[in-house]
Amino acid sequence: MIVGGSVGAIGAVEAIREIDPLGTITVISAEPFPQYSRPMVASYVSGEATLEKMKYRDDQFWEKNKVQALVGRKAMTIDLAGRYVVLDRGDKISFGKLLIATGGKPLVPKTEGVGKDGVFTFTDLTNAENLRAKLKEGRTAVVIGGGLIGVSVAEALVKSGAKVTIVELRDRILDLILDEVASKIVEKVISESGVAVVTGQTVQRILGKSGDSRVVSGIVLANGEEMPCDLVVIAIGVVPRTELAVGTDLRVNNGVIVDRFMRTNIPDVYACGDVAEAYDFIFETNRLLPLWPVAHLGGRVAGLNMAGKKTEYPGGTLMSALKYFGLPVISVGMTVLEKSNGYEVLVDHRPAGNVYKKIVLKNDVMVGMTLVGNIERAGIIFHLMKNRVNVRQFKRELVSEDFGLINIPAPLRKKLFMMGD
Amino acid sequence: MKRIVVKEDVCIGCGLCEVYCIVEHSMSKDIIKAYRKEHPKPLSRVRVEEDRPFSFGVQCRHCEEPPCVIACLSGAMHVDEKTGLVMHDAEKCMGCWSCIMVCPYGAIRIDVSGKVVVKCDLCEGLDVPACVANCPNQALVYEEEIPKCQST
Repeated sequence: MIVGGSVGAIGAVEAIREIDPLGTITVISAEPFPQYSRPMVASYVSGEATLEKMKYRDDQFWEKNKVQALVGRKAMTIDLAGRYVVLDRGDKISFGKLLIATGGKPLVPKTEGVGKDGVFTFTDLTNAENLRAKLKEGRTAVVIGGGLIGVSVAEALVKSGAKVTIVELRDRILDLILDEVASKIVEKVISESGVAVVTGQTVQRILGKSGDSRVVSGIVLANGEEMPCDLVVIAIGVVPRTELAVGTDLRVNNGVIVDRFMRTNIPDVYACGDVAEAYDFIFETNRLLPLWPVAHLGGRVAGLNMAGKKTEYPGGTLMSALKYFGLPVISVGMTVLEKSNGYEVLVDHRPAGNVYKKIVLKNDVMVGMTLVGNIERAGIIFHLMKNRVNVRQFKRELVSEDFGLINIPAPLRKKLFMMGD
Repeated sequence: MKRIVVKEDVCIGCGLCEVYCIVEHSMSKDIIKAYRKEHPKPLSRVRVEEDRPFSFGVQCRHCEEPPCVIACLSGAMHVDEKTGLVMHDAEKCMGCWSCIMVCPYGAIRIDVSGKVVVKCDLCEGLDVPACVANCPNQALVYEEEIPKCQST
């Protein structure tokens, strides 16, 4: 049984079916839609992606994989001893093996006025539909939070013709994944495209209209400044949807803790995706990584293990590929350093062309990269990072403009990249 | 399953693989028309890397456990059920560059449109891919091979 119907579940179903064509699979998916790509919801708001284009797998995916899909149903509780899940209508479904892939939910601050009409969160299709409908009347928006989701939604709103301001608490946007230089390049590009950015500020209060106070009319910043707006989008982060696990014997920290085989502390119970705290190969510890590719890989590994093919999870890490108003950016691992001791940083920065390359190493092993502009060879660096390769011999080439496989010594290239004979 | 094998010891770095890849992925499939009339002309899916005296051509290896398929945000990158090849559906691609982030060969490129990626499709429909057919020194060979790159 799989609780959740997004990419973790899809990865698990595909993996299970590669090994076990006949075993019974039940998926409980709360969202009443076919499988769609959550990272594409911003493109849906801007009109760049249709619902058809957003489908991550075709409409017959569950049927084709012989999955009993309970779509639009919600799992309420898990009984680990009795080995069953209780659904929203009180029905019980028993399981032999269970994968918890319930994902995350948007974090909502306790700011005064967050309940008003015109305030949105932004992670799923329902939010996107509501926002799109509201855009027909509202034209001025404030986005709270300048992280991945906040900047994406700001771009989508601008492309829809809205006037947008991002309010970011920290001193720069995308501060968790980009250093100051890269963040400033992105900020310049999005500002030139019409997104206003206010940093080092929080929204203290959301104001209501004088005629109808339930409807948003603006916000007040911590410094007292008032900004009129019709829409407020809250994008300050996501938290794991751990309700099913909390209060049971499952080990839960911020997320459900899993080992290198995606197993929880309870036999035959697995977890993956935004709800799980799984291994990070750069930080070499378990942590939350609410990212689509990480959820897909975790789901796949969980599925393989559930079907009996013991497979070690190689680990995920913070990994982001971005394209804001056409500017390509890739950032992986540890790129924002709190302390520089012990780390070596290689940089190539050409401000005129918005080109920036930064590689962070520790003891000649790469632990982080940021590429802005020229990103096409990023995967080679990613592969070297993931395999913890000592790059001492060729590290100067890593930030060169035309870095490629050719810069890797032939024996290593043949061994690691299976090139040549 | 047949794949392209790179024999870097015999590559002469002539770049003909790139030229014929461009031609094969052009509208006209004619070398002169493709280079003179098609603007912009398509990108080569094979890339010749060179650091004299060494060189080799590299394109999508059609991995057994393709990291690009796992990383894809839209479902555009997929393994073809019949052929086992790693294929890319440009109609579904949202141009997020996640596949580029994880391709160990750096073999996925941003299309000239800037909106989607392009990669080697092994010249669907041809018996032998154009780069292999036009390699003058058998530095690209089309043969049965088991790829070893894995996402898991």
